[in-house]
Amino acid sequence: MRAGAYAVVVGATLVLAGCGNTQNALAPKSHQAQDIASLFWWMMGGAWIGLAVVVGLLVIAWRRRGGAEGADEKTAERRGWFVVIGAGMALPIAVIAALFVISDVFVIRTTQAPAASATRLTVLVTGHQWWWEFRYPGTRAVTANELHIPIRAPVRVEVRTADVIHSFWVPQLNRKIDAIPGRTNSIELDADAVGSYRGQCAEFCGVQHAHMGIDLVAESEAEFRQWLARQARTASPPTTAAASRGQELFTSAGCQSCHAIRGTAAAGDVGPDLTHLASRRTLGALAIPNTRDYLRSWITESQEVKPGNQMPNLDLAPDRLDDLVAYLQGLR
Amino acid sequence: MAVVAPPSREAAARVIRLEQVWKSRPGLLGWLTTTDHKRIGLLYFWTTLVSFAAGGAEALIMRTQLERPNNDVVSPSTYDQLFSMHGITMIFFFIIPMTTGAFGNYLLPLMIGARDMAFPRMNALSFWIFLASGIFIYTSLFMGSAPDAGWFNYVPLANATYNPGPAIDFYCLGIVFNGIASTLTAGQFIVTILTCRAPGMSLNRMPLFCYAFLAASFGLLFALPVLSADTIFLFLDRNVGTHFFDVAHGGSALLWQHLFWFFGHPEVYILIVPAFGIATEIIPAFTQRRMTAFPLVAIAELLVVFIGFGVWAHHMFATGIPTVTMIFFAAASAMVVIPSTIQVFAWCWTMVMGGGRFRTPLLFIAGFVFMFVTGGLTGIMFVAIPFDQQVTDTYFIVAHFHYIIFGAAVFPIFGGMYYWFPKVTGKLYFERPGQISFWVLFVGTNLLFFPMHVVGLLGMPRRVYTYSDGLGWAAYNLAETIGGFITAAGIVLLLGNLFVSYFRGAAAGPDPWHGPTLEWSTSSPPPEYNFAVVPKVSSAYANWDHADREEDRRRLESGVLVLDEGHLQPAVTPVDGDLSEVVEMPHGSPWPIVLALALSLVFAMLVLEKYGAAAIGGILCIAALAGWHWHEPEEATG
Repeated sequence: MRAGAYAVVVGATLVLAGCGNTQNALAPKSHQAQDIASLFWWMMGGAWIGLAVVVGLLVIAWRRRGGAEGADEKTAERRGWFVVIGAGMALPIAVIAALFVISDVFVIRTTQAPAASATRLTVLVTGHQWWWEFRYPGTRAVTANELHIPIRAPVRVEVRTADVIHSFWVPQLNRKIDAIPGRTNSIELDADAVGSYRGQCAEFCGVQHAHMGIDLVAESEAEFRQWLARQARTASPPTTAAASRGQELFTSAGCQSCHAIRGTAAAGDVGPDLTHLASRRTLGALAIPNTRDYLRSWITESQEVKPGNQMPNLDLAPDRLDDLVAYLQGLR
Repeated sequence: MAVVAPPSREAAARVIRLEQVWKSRPGLLGWLTTTDHKRIGLLYFWTTLVSFAAGGAEALIMRTQLERPNNDVVSPSTYDQLFSMHGITMIFFFIIPMTTGAFGNYLLPLMIGARDMAFPRMNALSFWIFLASGIFIYTSLFMGSAPDAGWFNYVPLANATYNPGPAIDFYCLGIVFNGIASTLTAGQFIVTILTCRAPGMSLNRMPLFCYAFLAASFGLLFALPVLSADTIFLFLDRNVGTHFFDVAHGGSALLWQHLFWFFGHPEVYILIVPAFGIATEIIPAFTQRRMTAFPLVAIAELLVVFIGFGVWAHHMFATGIPTVTMIFFAAASAMVVIPSTIQVFAWCWTMVMGGGRFRTPLLFIAGFVFMFVTGGLTGIMFVAIPFDQQVTDTYFIVAHFHYIIFGAAVFPIFGGMYYWFPKVTGKLYFERPGQISFWVLFVGTNLLFFPMHVVGLLGMPRRVYTYSDGLGWAAYNLAETIGGFITAAGIVLLLGNLFVSYFRGAAAGPDPWHGPTLEWSTSSPPPEYNFAVVPKVSSAYANWDHADREEDRRRLESGVLVLDEGHLQPAVTPVDGDLSEVVEMPHGSPWPIVLALALSLVFAMLVLEKYGAAAIGGILCIAALAGWHWHEPEEATG
């Protein structure tokens, strides 16, 4: 069984890789991430110089090994004090003071929480074991693991948790921010370019911390508005007989006790809202792609695909599974 | 040296008397009841090697799991137990007990010219509690429920709701249990260093090694109570229903982090400062030069721990604490760089002044300087709060602190193993395999840890049991895994070399390196009484003061300060090191191990939630303490 799940996950990631997603902090797509990346490149340059100095000293020491030394003890000691105070105190104080001022007085202004009035759009993020819930205040839109934002428009992201500590992190756009019980933390996202950016929970949150991904889609203002309007709508009713049977099954098999589908009786709030499940690109917080076959395996063997996750394996006869999948795939 | 082979018959008679007075019980009983700091040091050494093997095996399994994307070597929950136990083991059961327990116990009294620690029985108690706490926490692994919320053990993940079962109770109690041992050691070292030095060794004549251990001991003494409080709060939250960390009832989840890192960051310096001390012994020995800027280095060793108490919140820059708080802690973190750079340039300059013999111990110290500077330079980057917030909880951090902990703490431990091997065993190690073991370890650790910087910047978070393909992480992870196995091979080669050398090595004599400090003035291995006479000291490099060593020989001849009339050791004033009194030292005793056993019963019953039985264990502890002190007057009469 585990080998089977392994094959499922390997296949899944090959497909996901096709999205071209990356979590590279040094491929910034926002001015915040750009500032942080620039900071790093400068610091790395300085670090290489510092390391070169020390390696140089070690090499000199090596070359002088075993031989008769130059300076007598007194001269060496006097020079030693000069070196230790100059290179060991004065120089690092100057360099670190400069670094401190640049990063902690200037750069920090853009990477901290935005002022309350600085953004037009707010997204509420809630971390769950092990998936993300995204809500757009002022609309009914609720989605999971897939976060859409408009480009070139600062978005305020307010981060909370429903259970343990998580950390919201999309490295190409900004630094990470923890989701802590009893607190609301916020950062700003301001994508420069259309694209999909991968993120991931960055604070250890239990057994499936590794599969708590974020699929962030940055799109034009118009496309974003369309998407948001669609997500705010209630679920489209089933159009085929199979899908209708699937909807009944959703209730009778117990799915509705955890999942909500707006516009139906299903109103569970434990797992992700599935009103527009079929519009999403992945399942299980980026564990597998959202295709027919993967959806089937997610329903019947989610414990093999993502061991320890909160959804039980459902034991369904193949024809009933077909009906349920037909229903879920109609939720666009 | 001549000290142990004295010319005259009177001197020989004095040495024989010392041997009789300080003789241990023979056989196993002798080891179980020993109060000899050297034997306790060796017990620590062997025990911590076992935990090093366990922590290393855990690391290798994790590296095997991460060798390729979506690997299936261990289950996610096993992986969580592995990384939690790896951290707990390496910090609490390898590095601290290896540096303080093994190196500190064995060497400190020798370096300050003492015959034993200030409180030899407390020292024995510390070891047995340490051993019991290690067995205690590893019992959980064999029960299949080892701590699995990380060594940092954040709430609410570690509370009873999200982590039912005994795993976290083992963690809480194990940490407190182990903390008792470390606290005993820390108090012991402070009193020993301040009052048991040879008369004449004023503070400014004390070896830098002792400054380092003094700093580490003060650090432990002030940091550990906070960790103990933290873990006791959590134990109460989990088992009694208090709400220290329960947000729903007015508690705070961040309180755990503040208390944990108030301990956790000084802890990092507690781990590496003893290694600084080892470096400041090896460098003078192999360059035959005194350390440059001695007073600055001594102050830096103390300052690094002191400032280390003011930086803890830099572990929490992503938690949303106020910006002004972060800036304060970033500034403090910037300050802690300065004592480190002082030491780096003092080490380097002393080596640069030339004449160094790059034998294995000095090679390890050169490697240590390289690794420490690499880890330090990435450490300075965390002064930049936005960058810290970008890379915290990624493999960039894992790279940084492994350069510090493996590179800057463990490399000097390895160097120290080679350096003091002749002193402890009386045998020389094999030089060529020693140098090869260094290069294997140097290549292995850099291959293991350097790619972690890159993969962290590429976005790989810490503590993930697997990762997806197509994110550009796979090749780096494979390289790290290969590096991990090369590192393991280097460790096997190192220990194998020492093992073979113990049986086949050439006789070392008392002072094969022309070492700078007093341990090299006595025989190898040192006799149970360490020194036949209380040594004369007039500088921090006492073994290079040949006139003083001549004076020791004359003292033995004339019987001055031989103190052979009993189990005696001089005590001095803390600062000036003037002789204040001669104290009677206790003999071996069974009470420390008995008390440790009773205490083990208490902790075992607590984890089983049998509080009545735990109370009985507590009564047994009191009885053991009473027995311990019942015998005290009898011993004191000698």
